[in-house]
Amino acid sequence: MAAVKLIGSPISPFVLRTMIALSLKKVEYELLPEKLGEKSELLLKSNPVYKKIPVLIHHDRPICESAVIVEYIDQVWPESGYGAILPADAYHRALHRFWTFYVDDKLFPSLVAIGKAETEEAKAEAVEQFRAGLRLLEEAFVKLSEGKAFFGGDQVGFLDVMLGCFVVWIEAMEEVLSLELLEEATMPALHGWVVSFRAHEAVKEVMPESGKVVEFFKMIRAMRMKAAADAAN
Amino acid sequence: MPQTASLHLTNRLHIHIVLESESERERERGARMAEAVVLLDVWVSPFGQRCRIALAEKGVAYEYKEEDLANKSPLLLQANPVHKKIPVLIHDGKPVCESLVIVQYIDEVWSDGAPILPADPYARAQARFWGDFVDKKIYDCGIRLWKLKGEAHQEAKKEFIEILKVLEAELGDRKYFGGDAFGYVDIALVPFFAWFYTYETCGGFSVEAEAPKLVAWGKRCMERESVSQTLYDPLKVYEFVCSLKKKYGIE
Repeated sequence: MAAVKLIGSPISPFVLRTMIALSLKKVEYELLPEKLGEKSELLLKSNPVYKKIPVLIHHDRPICESAVIVEYIDQVWPESGYGAILPADAYHRALHRFWTFYVDDKLFPSLVAIGKAETEEAKAEAVEQFRAGLRLLEEAFVKLSEGKAFFGGDQVGFLDVMLGCFVVWIEAMEEVLSLELLEEATMPALHGWVVSFRAHEAVKEVMPESGKVVEFFKMIRAMRMKAAADAAN
Repeated sequence: MPQTASLHLTNRLHIHIVLESESERERERGARMAEAVVLLDVWVSPFGQRCRIALAEKGVAYEYKEEDLANKSPLLLQANPVHKKIPVLIHDGKPVCESLVIVQYIDEVWSDGAPILPADPYARAQARFWGDFVDKKIYDCGIRLWKLKGEAHQEAKKEFIEILKVLEAELGDRKYFGGDAFGYVDIALVPFFAWFYTYETCGGFSVEAEAPKLVAWGKRCMERESVSQTLYDPLKVYEFVCSLKKKYGIE
């Protein structure tokens, strides 16, 4: 019986966050994917408040919410694998946590809005909002990385994990919608960061294939458009 | 009630200094220490109050700066350029934003005071989870209780009561959310205790009827100086919301 279980699959960027953290720590775990459209008994029992993935189950005790899970993983396995994920000093920890709030509260919803936009106008607005958010993160990256490869400096840090989980989705949406979201011209540092992040061994281990994410995105878009068409009739 | 409570919202600096002795040198040292920690805030903000409670629990001297949100100070705009919102804690010139990030920062920097987050990783994860729940749910649903009408209002009322019941169930028969020790979740939630009167009056329900343990918990928290010195009278909060309603033209 595995001591560490994770409910979810890496197609979900929030699950991917926790998988990247576990991979960085080289912690073995059993992955328990959910069936699309169905929630397992275990999920409903482990996360009664939100009924959402990811849920980490450690020694039969559930931990929910991706940011909470990653902090938990960092605390329980402080020295394992690539070492600490959260920065060593309190001020940098506060900055990584602040930007994580921003990613979850503002950036991610604007990414979702791009995918859901029903008119060209709405899409353009959502794209501009998302790009504006990325430009803030570009600035933050320059300050936090201090010339190194990651938000965490030489090592992959908390904000790298919390933002990096969206990279494959950003790329998939760029492909399907024929747009540039992470513009190399206006966000050169972030562009470089994406390359470094994707190249990291621990990230490569768990990053889903771009093709799979593109397929999944196309599928949910088709489902949404069909539902909208059915509702209109 | 905070000793320097004033409904005249000016940009005067209110300096809270914990005096150890009457000597001039002690007072000067206290003043220097207080300058190193500045809190940009607004009197009624439950988010700002989280920070004030945490600072008080740790016995940290700081300078409180009341912001006028209709006329934000250059300091606020510089300290929180992303959101331009309070609270902001400025420690040795470095700004920290987001109330729960600030509370964690306070806990980590002034680590010799009583811990706000528990040491045990699982207990800490539970505390973070519930702090996040309070953050995601109470304020936004609460606003809908006094801003909306008709069906949307009924929807908000249903949701809010559900949120109270979830918190009631989580608290159970414990003294605090953290167990025996007042901690992170208590700090995250307790400022809203002063808003219960507003929520139930605008919502048309009774918090005590829906969540009696939660009300008892709030009263227990008010026995702590850090809380009673920070929270305003529920009637003052209600007055404030009524003035907001007038401003937005809501009946």
